[in-house]
Amino acid sequence: MVQIFVENKPYEVKPDQNLLDACLSLGFDLPYFCWHPALHSVGACRQCAVKQFRDENDTSGRIVMACMTPAANGVRISIDDREARAFRAGVIEWLMLNHPHDCPVCDEGGECHLQDMTVMTGHSRRRYRGAKRTFINQDLGPFVNHEMSRCIQCYRCVRFYGDYAGGGDLAAFSLRSQVYFGRHQSGVLESPFSGNLAEICPTGVFTDKSLKRHYARKWDLETAPSVCVHCALGCNTIPGARYGSLRRISNRFNGAVNGYFLCDRGRYGYEFVNSPRRLRQPLLRKGRSGPAAPVSATAALRRLREIISDSRVAGIGSPRASLEANFALRRLVGPAMFASGMSEGDWRLAQKTSRILKEGPARSVSLDEVRRADAVLVLGEDVTNFAPMLDLALRQSVRQMPVRETSGAIPPWDDKAMREAVQQRRGPLFIATPAPTSLDAIATTAWRAAPDEIARLGFMVASLLDKSAPAPAGLGSRERSIATAIAAALGEAERPLVIAGTGLGSEAVLEAAANVAWTLSAGGRTAGLCLTLPEANSMGAALMEGGPISRAVEAIESGSADTVVILENDLCRRAAPSLVENLFEKARHVIVIDSLINPTVARAGVALPAATFAESDGTFVSSEGRAQRYFKVMPPSGEVMESWRWLAAMGPAADAWRMVGEVAKDLENDLPVFSGISAAVYGAGFRISGQKIARQPRGYSGRTAMSADIGVAERQPPVDDDSPLSFSMEGFQGEPPPPLIPRYWAPGWNSVQALNKFQEEVGGPLRGGNPGRRLIEPAPGRPEQPPAPQPPFFNLPPAPFSPPAGRWLLAPLYHTFGSEELSILSPGIRQLAPAAYLALSQKDADDLGIGAGGIAELETATGFLRLPVRLAETLPSGVAGVPVCLEGLEGIVSPGEYVRIRAASRK
Amino acid sequence: MLSREEKEEIEAAAAAFPVRQSVAIDALRIVQRYRGWVPDEAIDDLGELLEMSTAELDGVASFYNLIFRRPVGRHVILACDSVSCWLLGSDGLMEYISGRLGIASGQTTADGRFTLLPSVCLGACDRAPVMMIDDDLHTNLDAEKVDRILERYE
Ligand code: SF4
Ligand code: SF4
Ligand code: FES
Ligand code: FES
Repeated sequence: MVQIFVENKPYEVKPDQNLLDACLSLGFDLPYFCWHPALHSVGACRQCAVKQFRDENDTSGRIVMACMTPAANGVRISIDDREARAFRAGVIEWLMLNHPHDCPVCDEGGECHLQDMTVMTGHSRRRYRGAKRTFINQDLGPFVNHEMSRCIQCYRCVRFYGDYAGGGDLAAFSLRSQVYFGRHQSGVLESPFSGNLAEICPTGVFTDKSLKRHYARKWDLETAPSVCVHCALGCNTIPGARYGSLRRISNRFNGAVNGYFLCDRGRYGYEFVNSPRRLRQPLLRKGRSGPAAPVSATAALRRLREIISDSRVAGIGSPRASLEANFALRRLVGPAMFASGMSEGDWRLAQKTSRILKEGPARSVSLDEVRRADAVLVLGEDVTNFAPMLDLALRQSVRQMPVRETSGAIPPWDDKAMREAVQQRRGPLFIATPAPTSLDAIATTAWRAAPDEIARLGFMVASLLDKSAPAPAGLGSRERSIATAIAAALGEAERPLVIAGTGLGSEAVLEAAANVAWTLSAGGRTAGLCLTLPEANSMGAALMEGGPISRAVEAIESGSADTVVILENDLCRRAAPSLVENLFEKARHVIVIDSLINPTVARAGVALPAATFAESDGTFVSSEGRAQRYFKVMPPSGEVMESWRWLAAMGPAADAWRMVGEVAKDLENDLPVFSGISAAVYGAGFRISGQKIARQPRGYSGRTAMSADIGVAERQPPVDDDSPLSFSMEGFQGEPPPPLIPRYWAPGWNSVQALNKFQEEVGGPLRGGNPGRRLIEPAPGRPEQPPAPQPPFFNLPPAPFSPPAGRWLLAPLYHTFGSEELSILSPGIRQLAPAAYLALSQKDADDLGIGAGGIAELETATGFLRLPVRLAETLPSGVAGVPVCLEGLEGIVSPGEYVRIRAASRK
Repeated sequence: MLSREEKEEIEAAAAAFPVRQSVAIDALRIVQRYRGWVPDEAIDDLGELLEMSTAELDGVASFYNLIFRRPVGRHVILACDSVSCWLLGSDGLMEYISGRLGIASGQTTADGRFTLLPSVCLGACDRAPVMMIDDDLHTNLDAEKVDRILERYE
């Protein structure tokens, strides 16, 4: 620690930071624009000026930029100094010269850092009377709105978009008062992290376009802590709702997970909650094939209890439903009759994933540890499209080594100087995938191969690192030299990391990744292992004993069950059509609980409207193994209920569970792997100063009027039995414990940057720790000496890839926008989703006589399919890429399947 | 499309640097020397050649006021409007040139002969007010001298 003096008072602060960092962490209000806790300092805006004094006798001092001055021992500054204050007032005045002062029509208004800083510096009278420069705005696509005239030239947008996130299509143009931040011409922003611009830009230049379509001010939004449902990484979010519809998702800081950012799928995928495809009323079918008619919840439950009481019930859970909902189903049908809701292949992969992480010595890393890894091997995964925020994390990890090589000569927070020093140098990142990925551009080596060859490469790397690990036979010399380079880089690293996952559908790749990470976890070092999974609760479903969907189907077929309850699961996306057919054919009753009308719901005998994440509480376990609770943002409306409530109500346990916490408690008792999930959150009885935490901000308007169309009496706010949050503006408005923070707001800090006030130190963890409870920790390190390593290495490197003549291996290709089931219902995401296609290498396409844009006919296990061909230059021969779940391709790809392909006759 | 000469000159310049982006400014100047200005297509082509995105390169191009992103006349007048020249009457001089050529600052004469642009200090403050036409510096200007000088540029 070092001692600095502010207004002549001594303070202990951490060394290696700048004065702005230090002052904000100490709680001083010092205005700033260009500095950002994740982007650090460039000294561009001159807003953070303070007076620095040589020693206690220096009375004149000099103006310095706090963000560019090290907080060295003995530094004496004044924030309050008259000249410093005048300087800051001058800066904001000139920054505001050209600003249109259009707050009333600006979407940023009410949560604007520029407003806050202007007020903070006391610039409340405008003297400038001249003409202002104005700009023409661009159409940047469905996510981000552009209103350039509001810009104050802080450069944060381009520093985030280009420097931090690696995007190439946003830049600063021109000079002087004409500097323009945008694309070189109108068009969709290419980066899948573009939505962060809305939070990064301290003004109303970049704002959330999805919010604009159903706008509400921050003070009119009901908010609660939540978790993203669009992949398995478990980014923390703050959804905002009004009038019973969801209006936007903003970032919720979790230092161990997403930090300050979200991907665009996570930010803009929410609109499925408002979709006209929502199931809002129970449907009851007359007989087996009669029409389904809407009924009341009471009527539906009456019928359900009749059904359940005289049948043998099997249950199909879901990797996109909460632990609590899955467990409620498991309780209802009994452990033997409970299936996890994954396909055979997904189940095997998920089991293998959780086993590798539980039993091996490598550590399942958080996203933050990914950001800090200094050498990375990616085996098989296109992370950008499968688990987008991993891409952003890897873009930081490649900076670790070159930054370290500057060996302390430049303070790490001096961003401009550091980037100047680092130039284009990057740390080791090796990528082996069948198709090109957008990270290839920053990779040391990007290698294209079939899944089995990728696994063989991994096995080779492991065997080079540790001779007792099995080596593949007959590896080519090029592969061998790549493996040698990888082994050397990972071996030398301090924090090596291996990334693999279930995206390719290959168990061998998972095994290879495990072997590499295990060999690296020796000699006191714990290597990182990051295994991606497809859905928000895939890991939770994997840890809950169950089985693949076929388990339930078999139970029905064998007669040990005659009725099936399907929880939040569109089977048609996961299981072979024949399996689904069988199930619907043989089961006496099919009961489906889901939030959206999908093909499975459409065939159900009884369909029950489930609450989405925004209307329910529950726990997801992320691919890291982090259990995280999400809370209702708004109450479920009408006949919609949380899945676990439907399940509790239809079974004999009808009155056992009154709140979601009780379900979680029973889950912990039944399945010890989940113990701790409740300890990480606060029970429904938790109060601060006797109060619940208010979901609505103090300024929430229109409460007495918003239901006037129904009745003039002000209605009582809905009661929330499940959590210590209230659906009201009454309640605690201050800083609750981290898992319960419903929004960032502090006196004088109305924008997202109020977050500073919730952290132990700016940029550091939330006061009280990062939310979530890790359920998986590595097994103790493998002993260096024999006896045999625990666990043993995976022992069967696959044989070289050689597809049978005339057949192609189907490799699943993911798309950030399009491959995920729920987000595709957001109009913006749908707009960016590609149309279905088949990817072939140039050589294979030539051999088949298909040109680009030609049509191929696929013969799969389940039938014929015609798809336009896209040439993928580097795709290995014998591999055909098929996008996962794009419209028309739902349930088509079963990874590992070999198909016949021919040129389709022109029709 | 970049011409063969343009490409060769750029490649030759690039050979001196470890990263291709380093020659961005030289490359823009090479193109401008051949074409008089740098059109949009050239930015695209150069971006590809130098492994830079169009936006990134145009950010560079549009920053420098001596890289012309719109067509200019046969001769470019850069009239200094920084402080020394201003003290010695650059305002009036600029107005005079404007009037004489019938164009405002930033415009090109109808016959394509002159483009008039303001410029920051040309480093000849001791001989203010000054202007440059193409590569020639003209100092200690007054209206009469300007008349004579302009005659010389066809
Ligand atoms: S657009 Fe926003 S982030 Fe970018 S420079 Fe302007 S004010 Fe700063
Ligand atoms: S990376 Fe995954 S969890 Fe994170 S915001 Fe994107 S979709 Fe959501
Ligand atoms: S925040 Fe310090 S100069 Fe911008
Ligand atoms: S001010 Fe005109 S040359 Fe310096």
